[in-house]
Amino acid sequence: MIIDIVTGVLLLVGALFFLAGTLGLLRFPDVYTRLHALTKADNVGLGLIVIALMLQADSWFVVGKLLLIWILILLAGSGVAHLVASTAQKRGLKPWKK
Amino acid sequence: MEEIDLLLLFDAVLGFTLVWLAWQTLSSLDLFRAVVLFIAFGLLMALAWVRLDAPDVALAEATIGAGLTGALLLSALAQLSARQKHESETSLFLRLTLGVLMFFLLIGLGYIVFSLPPQALGLSVEVAKNIELSAVANPVTAVLINYRSYDTLLELGVLLLALLAVWSLGSASTRKSAFVNPVLDLLTRILVPVFILVSGYLLWVGAFAPGGAFQAGAVLAAAGVLLFLNDWHLESKYTGFALRSVLVIGLVMFIAIGFGFVFLDRVFLEYPPELAGGFILLIEAAASLSIGIILAALFLGRDPSVKSDSCSDIDTGVHK
Amino acid sequence: MDTLYLSLALFLLLTLLVGMWRIFQGPTPADRMLAAQLFGTTAVACLLLLAQALEEQALRDVALVFALLAVVTAVAFVKRAWTAKDDH
Repeated sequence: MIIDIVTGVLLLVGALFFLAGTLGLLRFPDVYTRLHALTKADNVGLGLIVIALMLQADSWFVVGKLLLIWILILLAGSGVAHLVASTAQKRGLKPWKK
Repeated sequence: MEEIDLLLLFDAVLGFTLVWLAWQTLSSLDLFRAVVLFIAFGLLMALAWVRLDAPDVALAEATIGAGLTGALLLSALAQLSARQKHESETSLFLRLTLGVLMFFLLIGLGYIVFSLPPQALGLSVEVAKNIELSAVANPVTAVLINYRSYDTLLELGVLLLALLAVWSLGSASTRKSAFVNPVLDLLTRILVPVFILVSGYLLWVGAFAPGGAFQAGAVLAAAGVLLFLNDWHLESKYTGFALRSVLVIGLVMFIAIGFGFVFLDRVFLEYPPELAGGFILLIEAAASLSIGIILAALFLGRDPSVKSDSCSDIDTGVHK
Repeated sequence: MDTLYLSLALFLLLTLLVGMWRIFQGPTPADRMLAAQLFGTTAVACLLLLAQALEEQALRDVALVFALLAVVTAVAFVKRAWTAKDDH
């Protein structure tokens, strides 16, 4: 019962982070800030959902698979964020200043 | 019953988005935007296959449709000149005629779909009846490698022919980037083994759960694409016989095993039920290796054993 | 619990739709590609939720493959379509 409540809360907060990331992608003023928003959804949003589902998993194999998926997205997300940001800088895109 | 309604809502949103996205992809004037929309379409299409209870197809769609084709389109786009915007010049009469014909087509298709029996089992009953004889528990794999193995054999042949056609178009220039990005390098070094492991897992799991040779091969091809994007080249001592033998091993193994049993009083491509499991795995392993290398070679575009005569960077026009 | 999973999956699908606006808006190619990346991650989350709700192990494999292929398209973008060298 407790586990179900914790799962529910984690899932809701995770989904909220996804919403925040998407809104950030839409509303932030330049590539760099949007990248920032995107990686929050990737890391934290997916992370919380994965943790919540790990609590509900019925075997260690499933737990391992969920963990692997999250780690892959983390790796890919951070790597790509770095690549996109450095390419943006080399192409002369100026960060937004107020 | 809330559960059913939520799923229905999910499916409805998915369905409408797919149609809208397809329209937007085709009508987009900016090519790059069209490519990105296409990748998004591929992702949602894979979700649609999942909702249609076809995880095998979803796996294939995700790897080949969204991933490999997306990477290929992005690569091809880079080689085109400036973004092409063009206004449509078809006459109003032609467009109206097409619209009317499309409308009738829609009516016809709708009629056909709605007059289908609600529970069309197709051949799934026969497939299920004989599944122990086919030695694999996943009905999709049983159909692909056992019941309709002839089709899969020919598909492997078609892939090989496609590669030959691409190779015969001549070599694109090799690109050498002076700058090695350490982040990308590290990412590739960590990820390629993971790709290979996942490919092996999909191959193994295909016997009893969604997966199989094509999916495993496509993931292997994705690993190859990642290597190629990192400017990795196959050493020239492997680009001759070694490369070619790996390319054909899938087809050769399939034909050899298919013919092998002919000498034991069976028909071409008939496997004895007791040995079928092992041989199917062998065929699938060889096939996924071939498929992976073929798809990766299709991405690369040129025959690695042919030395290209000029080294130029196409997208900036800098000649070295 | 299943209702929660399914409603969140629907919610995520809707956020995915909303995020599509960025593909149309641009202005740089990176913005469009980033939106596609977000779709990949959102789709992974959707698939994991569906896997739990419908008790289909295979969907987790599909999510795994999604994660892998998201990397490939992103790297293809950075290395081919949007390199540091050209100028627009």
